[in-house]
Amino acid sequence: MVIKKRKKIFTYIILSLLAFFFFYPLLYMVMTSFNPDEMSILKNMASIRAFLPGKIGLQNYFDVFTRMPFGRFLFNSVFIVSSTIVIGLVVNSMAAFALARFTWKGRGIILAVVIALMIIPFEAIAVPLLLITNRLGWLDSYKVQIIPFIANPFYIFLLYQFFTRFPQELEEAAIIDGAGWFKIYWKLALPLSKPILSSVAILHFLMQWGSFLWPKMVTRGPEFRPLTVAMQVFFGQYPRHWGDIMAFAAMMTIPVLVLFILLQNAYVNTVARSGIK
Amino acid sequence: MTRNNKLVITAFLLPASILLIVFMIIPFFMAFGLSFTNQRLIPTPRGTQLIGLTNYLRLFNDRLFWTGLKNNFIFVLIVVPLQTAFALGLALLVNIKLKLSKFFRTVYFMPTVTTMVVVSVIWTFLYYPEGLINGFLSSITGGLWSGVDFLKNTAWAFPAIMFMSIWQGVGFQMLIFLAGLQEIPASFYEAAEIDGASSYQKFLYITFPQLKNTTTFVLISTTILAFRLFSQVYVMTNGGPRYSTYTVMLHIYNTAFKRLNIGYGSALTVVFFLIILIISLVQRGLLGEEREVD
Repeated sequence: MVIKKRKKIFTYIILSLLAFFFFYPLLYMVMTSFNPDEMSILKNMASIRAFLPGKIGLQNYFDVFTRMPFGRFLFNSVFIVSSTIVIGLVVNSMAAFALARFTWKGRGIILAVVIALMIIPFEAIAVPLLLITNRLGWLDSYKVQIIPFIANPFYIFLLYQFFTRFPQELEEAAIIDGAGWFKIYWKLALPLSKPILSSVAILHFLMQWGSFLWPKMVTRGPEFRPLTVAMQVFFGQYPRHWGDIMAFAAMMTIPVLVLFILLQNAYVNTVARSGIK
Repeated sequence: MTRNNKLVITAFLLPASILLIVFMIIPFFMAFGLSFTNQRLIPTPRGTQLIGLTNYLRLFNDRLFWTGLKNNFIFVLIVVPLQTAFALGLALLVNIKLKLSKFFRTVYFMPTVTTMVVVSVIWTFLYYPEGLINGFLSSITGGLWSGVDFLKNTAWAFPAIMFMSIWQGVGFQMLIFLAGLQEIPASFYEAAEIDGASSYQKFLYITFPQLKNTTTFVLISTTILAFRLFSQVYVMTNGGPRYSTYTVMLHIYNTAFKRLNIGYGSALTVVFFLIILIISLVQRGLLGEEREVD
């Protein structure tokens, strides 16, 4: 019993040290963002006083809004990410439905193509895509950040796997009731697929929200710039004002962290799913 | 099959098909085609000509490309094994049935939902000469450690970025391992306990072999992520100092976007893709064989 208890305490110590390691930089960001005194930020960056600033205030947060159109960047990111996810869910699930619930000539080939496309990383098509969107005159727009990222072979495949597990009787019953295919898809398949739809939405969110390389190449002015690029541009301006930088970082991070802590079971299942081949 | 169904199938497939063809399949093949031309991003009066293998020959003598590729390989060879082992360790720890296991799991995955650009910014601050990391190293060595400007030092910049990348990414692989661990039937462990197996033996003869598929997946996906390395090096060092953190993706970005050279950028892209493809096939082959031996 004593050994068991000792082992438990030891495990807790290790777990806590690791928690400290993972959480500390994020906590550091938040604490620094509340320190309005840039001198004290720079002076105490390695000491415990970084956590006990003399003054606490929201000055850095106000500064972020006055020094740049932060609201605009936030709107851009939210708009780009949410429209990609919503349209993506419809488009990808429709394709998956056709692949999973019908038998037709050429189905095997299309499925093989979808699986083959999963190997292509975005970086392998970024250069020609830059040329195409340039020629289409799409630079500096929302559509250049949304439309190419709607259809995704991996999400089609995940949804396909889920749809194939529905029993045949479901559709037969619906057809007898006189429901058309679109109705079966919309009223029957989608409501039954909430777990997989939320997984796909989560993966799509992480991909689009953190997207940096592409928006860096296709946005030049602040008008259509998402948060990631805005953060990097602000970070690149000298002299750096760390209080403001950390306030920007915190505003970009905290809502997402809260969201994922609330939805953590869905997130854990999603990652597990992405690991099943 | 009725004609009606054919119409339905077409309608359901059409949006995704068009988007995938226009924004994925065509660009993918275009990269091969463009790599044989001197295509520019902005049209020039001279137009675009076929220049054969010139781009590929140039690539052989492009020292920056080789520097980037070498760095990518170093990153893969160091980060992939460390991160995978660390992730497995974390998963084993979090899998122990304790009241607060779920809480610790949550804390460990928090960096994975923090955007890489933000992570890079925070860690740049932590890596300052007077910053937290130096302060910590100095206090645990009793002052023996004299501060290093991590990101401005050719020897330290890349290891610093590697360390940060592991901090950011390891939680994701931990969750994948955790899912794998939870799929191992409890009866396996019960049987081993009856036979008097130690925890170490249980790990070696049950846990580890049962996680083989999961490990394969984690290794391959982490390798591919490592080759795509871009955001953190762009934000933190822009490839410097003296190209010590330069990567292939950074080179592709500079070539195609900064210098507007789409033709050469495409050749780099093609080589980049082939390397990723070969590595994932080799990895799958090697790990697949091991699985059959068991």
